[in-house]
Amino acid sequence: MNRQKIQMLLAFLMISTPALADAFLLVASALADAPIIVHLKDHKFSPATIKVKANQPAMIVLFNDDDGADEFDSSSLKIEKVVPGHNKGNIRLRALAPGKYPFMGEYHAATAQGVVIAE
Amino acid sequence: MISALIIVFREVIEAGLIVGIVLAATTGVPGRGRAVLAGVGAGVLGACIVAGFAGELANLFQGSGQEFFNAAILLLAVGMLTWHNVWMASHGRAMARELKAAGHRVKTGERTLAALSIVVGVAVLREGSEVVLFLYGIAAQGGTTAAGMVAGGGLGLAAGALVSALMYFGLLTIPAGKLFQVTSGLITLLAAGMAAQAVIFLQNGGWLEVFTGTVWDTGWLIKDDSIAGRLLHTLVGYSEAPNGAQLIAYGCTIVVILILMRLVNAANSAPKAKHA
Repeated sequence: MNRQKIQMLLAFLMISTPALADAFLLVASALADAPIIVHLKDHKFSPATIKVKANQPAMIVLFNDDDGADEFDSSSLKIEKVVPGHNKGNIRLRALAPGKYPFMGEYHAATAQGVVIAE
Repeated sequence: MISALIIVFREVIEAGLIVGIVLAATTGVPGRGRAVLAGVGAGVLGACIVAGFAGELANLFQGSGQEFFNAAILLLAVGMLTWHNVWMASHGRAMARELKAAGHRVKTGERTLAALSIVVGVAVLREGSEVVLFLYGIAAQGGTTAAGMVAGGGLGLAAGALVSALMYFGLLTIPAGKLFQVTSGLITLLAAGMAAQAVIFLQNGGWLEVFTGTVWDTGWLIKDDSIAGRLLHTLVGYSEAPNGAQLIAYGCTIVVILILMRLVNAANSAPKAKHA
């Protein structure tokens, strides 16, 4: 009885392992995508238009090259992240449905504007 | 100056509403003014410290220190609000009786002051550090515009205080017998909204990656960025496009608070019923 159970377990593992490995690889490749580097200089984002793959998480690393802090703010992305002057911030984008997601540097919204495009 | 006013006002509106609700929830309790002031003072002090160490904080937890910190203090506030409501479930009626009686001194309410003081502190701390960073950045630039911007910031703070006063005096128009029931209800929604907000920070920090899909979108009606959106966000946890995990946290918080209140209430009224 026990042996039968172990055999079944082994059989199950043999079938499922490749599937699991595939799943892990998929996750790993999504995470391994290089982060998107964005700079904030003179209260302007460059690049100001950021393209990401739809339905897949992504990471923006925002370098604030200005002296003062600014806040990466986007209600559509649900992100509010303060990045102090001459510092960087990691901004995680969740898997996004295709579309445009505007963001701004809240402390200098007159010039610090940008958009994430998921496609 | 106007832009500074708007930014500062947007940041302080949440703390302003919370202070107003806390003041109403502690109507007649001696020492509540001191407790709220202590909360505001500790919040401002904490905000300055957080702003001063923003760089160090940001670099903790693989660059997600800010998210971790925000989620942690929000959950602390949810805990304190829950505790207040559960405590009120057993003492609320006594408090209402004392409030209606002559003198208007609600002695039984003193024990809940510490919890609400912490809630005020957290609210001020969270938005306050952003105000400090913003105003500091402007002040550091110098020049004539800086003076105008700081003046705008001051006016923004004053507007936040006005929101507090409006919320407080608005709630005071509720009859004494019903006041604490209303504030308990408001505090339940406040806690649920904070729990949902904590979920956002946990998601942004990369610690929570389930049910991240948007469930519905009411952005066409009320935008999160609008003043109405901000007010509703604080009061009832409004979000124009909530995701699954947010909604689960929101619902669970309400259910847990209501169940705890009911349990405490039942445990309290059962022995009394025999005497009556």
